[in-house]
Amino acid sequence: MEGYSRKDPQLLDLIPKDSECFVAKRAEEEATRHHGVSEEKKLELSLGPPGGGDYWTITKTSNESLLSFPTYFSTNPCVKSPWQHQTFLHHLQSAAQLPLPAMKESPPQPCTNRAAAVELQSAEKKKAFSPAPANTAVHNTSSAQKRTAPAPVVGWPPIRSFRKNIATGSSSKLASESPNAAADKDSGPKPAENSPRTLFVKINMDGIPIGRKVDLKAYNSYEKLACAVDELFRGLVAAQSEVCAGGIKDDEGGKGKVIGGLLDGSGEYTLVYEDNEGDRMLVGDVPWHMFVSTVRRLRVLKSSELPRLSRGSKEGKLSLNA
Amino acid sequence: MCLFQSVMNYFPEEVLEHVFDFLTSHRDRNAVSLVCKSWYSVERFSREKVFIGNCYAVDPERLIARFPRVRSLTLKGKPHFADFNLVPHDWGGYVYPWIEAMAKNGINLEELRLKRMVVSDESLELLAKSFPNFKSLVLVSCDGFSTDGLAAIASNCRFLRELDLQENEVDDRKGQWLSCFPDTCTSLVSLNFACLKGEASVAALERLVARCRNLRSLRLNHAVPLDTLQKILVQAPQLNDLGTGTFVHDPDSDAYCKLKNAIKKCKSIRSLSGFLDVNTRCLPAVYPICTNLTSLNLSYAPGIYSSELIKLICHCKKLERLWILDTIGDKGLDVVASTCKELQELRVFPSDLYGVGNAAVTEEGLVAVSAGCPKLNSLLYFCQQMTNAALITVAKNCPNFIRFRLCTLDPTIPDAVTNQPLDEGFGAIVQSCKGLKRLSVSGLLTDQVFLYIGMYAEQLEMLSIAFAGDSDKGMLYVLNGCKKLKKLEIRDSPFGNVALLADVGKYETMRSLWMSSCEVTFGACKTLAEKMPRLNVEIINEGEQIEASPDDRHRVEKMYLYRTLVGPRRDAPDFVWTL
Repeated sequence: MEGYSRKDPQLLDLIPKDSECFVAKRAEEEATRHHGVSEEKKLELSLGPPGGGDYWTITKTSNESLLSFPTYFSTNPCVKSPWQHQTFLHHLQSAAQLPLPAMKESPPQPCTNRAAAVELQSAEKKKAFSPAPANTAVHNTSSAQKRTAPAPVVGWPPIRSFRKNIATGSSSKLASESPNAAADKDSGPKPAENSPRTLFVKINMDGIPIGRKVDLKAYNSYEKLACAVDELFRGLVAAQSEVCAGGIKDDEGGKGKVIGGLLDGSGEYTLVYEDNEGDRMLVGDVPWHMFVSTVRRLRVLKSSELPRLSRGSKEGKLSLNA
Repeated sequence: MCLFQSVMNYFPEEVLEHVFDFLTSHRDRNAVSLVCKSWYSVERFSREKVFIGNCYAVDPERLIARFPRVRSLTLKGKPHFADFNLVPHDWGGYVYPWIEAMAKNGINLEELRLKRMVVSDESLELLAKSFPNFKSLVLVSCDGFSTDGLAAIASNCRFLRELDLQENEVDDRKGQWLSCFPDTCTSLVSLNFACLKGEASVAALERLVARCRNLRSLRLNHAVPLDTLQKILVQAPQLNDLGTGTFVHDPDSDAYCKLKNAIKKCKSIRSLSGFLDVNTRCLPAVYPICTNLTSLNLSYAPGIYSSELIKLICHCKKLERLWILDTIGDKGLDVVASTCKELQELRVFPSDLYGVGNAAVTEEGLVAVSAGCPKLNSLLYFCQQMTNAALITVAKNCPNFIRFRLCTLDPTIPDAVTNQPLDEGFGAIVQSCKGLKRLSVSGLLTDQVFLYIGMYAEQLEMLSIAFAGDSDKGMLYVLNGCKKLKKLEIRDSPFGNVALLADVGKYETMRSLWMSSCEVTFGACKTLAEKMPRLNVEIINEGEQIEASPDDRHRVEKMYLYRTLVGPRRDAPDFVWTL
């Protein structure tokens, strides 16, 4: 394979200096511009009538010359495209040396000046740029390069929805890795879904006809949940006992008795939950995040209703029929 | 030639048929059928595999009339951009009429391969019950069915060898479809249900694997836990291709230890994928099989740090195909370049969709791979940025590209160093890679790049353009230059009526053209449709009022045209107009 030479095929110079984007006929005079090259490439492009025959004909008369690097023409892209994302901001990067690990010849000169000139011409592209000093070798991936997020475009980047779901879930996955996730034999680990910001579950209490809802994402521990449950139901319990007992006042002066000991079986009530398999379980056995991922609803039971259990057992399944 | 032909005519048709048996490629068979009437006739009765690249180009009746002995049918439905949500859901591409027609006509169907088609449960049930020798079902990027349909296949296809579901949208109904494989089913060779989102009956799965001694390829879904995987591997150490489900466990546990031992015994595994959920501390379990891997797909596995990926890849010296997320980084690609000398295909998918995070690859990674992997011929590369210099280097290092798809996360980003358009870089690619058949371009691009493509990309069959070009000339360069072009898809580019109407005959030489958010008007589409009766010119109008006769000067939002032998399709929904 031919190595890259310094010959520029004249097709690179097709964009004329004038403002109209019209390709004119070119002869091989351009070939001599580059180091007296004899190789020619004839390019004939002519505008023909619409609908008739070949509109543009491109003929090659000899071996193709490879595009050389760097290119010397000035691009004047005729920007008639308002949708060239004005929202994207690009900073002009300059580099003294362009990185070419595999090239045998080093590039003759950098494109810095050229690039700057081009930039000035394409102002309607609304690129913001700051001309950097010529001897700065800015590495592309350095954090100095600021890039604002492009506005999301429908269907871009072009990946199937299948992959989109994976991509959005990836950052959360990196954070939490639980080696013990599969400790639960029957239910496999949860799929990587986008986690919503709230998780409201119903909570009912023995003796209270109306249930409540509680957002589990608002808490990060069992203790906090227990406090919340206490606050939720304390007033209701008090009101209920007033109704039932005909106005016996309690110690707290009308606010209701604290509902304590929900988690350790020591209180009048105990907190249980129904999991994703439909089983009723004691709250508190598994790590909090695992609880949150399997819980479906909560219940505050009277402790007297529970059979005596040792809380050390792993499979804390209760077969209550209530 | 005349002498040859008269000699050949002395051969009885059985001989011709025997000779044609050696022709397996569709193109060869198509060519052969054009030679003369007798060859056409022999060929059509002997063809068993039919490929239809656009299901609306012909209809089932024609298929059956011409190839009555067809046993294997491949159909493609929706346009490619449907993968990226640019085509409305019920655009079309229904497989039911095909299955119905073949069933009615007693076709002995054994294999059905569908891509981007709508497959209903009814279709699957009809399929399962109509073809007693049915062996192989491959569905790629399809939708419209549920696990009930799969249950029908499992229950009824007594000789099923292959059930391969790739990236389909399946309504998972928590049924026990895996249990529907009868105990007598022992013929499975390939089972891939990785795209199913629901629970799998692990017990049924284990039994199935145990009795299918010919099983070579197994790809599990997310719901299959690691300990089930271990049991499966113990039953099926002969596997060639494994897709793990979830790869999460406590690495200090007994189950994990057993898994490691089971994996070691699977000496035939050459292709590995899955890791749909992964604990990276469990990854070392697969190191022993890495040495023989030729294909590795970690692109569904978020959350593996670059360092872990690198450790894994270091073991994979024989890799020919690698699909990975861009979390691997340029450094990781460096490692790929120095380790995987046999690499032919590389796909790097984005993990961070908006391109502002740290995870990403740049032009450096690509250059490194091109330098280290001389056999590279197929690329899909999602990157944060690109430069002309890099592309020119890549073109020089790898002149053998057949597929080159570059996707910058910012669709109109210029050369990251010079701020120029990326015309020169892609120009170098098409000039150097003389066998290039498929190209996707992105980044800031002017008409120039299309001039290069038209000039140099002589073998190009499929071209994808987005947010590129300046004027009609760009599209014209392509249409005039690329003689072998089959599929052209363009979005958000300033190509309009002049380009569209310049050479209307060209479209009959192509399979299809898609243009969305371009400058093409309603009037031009009508003109084209009038001139070319053997094209279906479809306009997709979504969300707009359906006007009786929209103004000819109105821009068309989405246009899809394709050559066809059977005229406008009758199953087009309201929002699709065939002009």
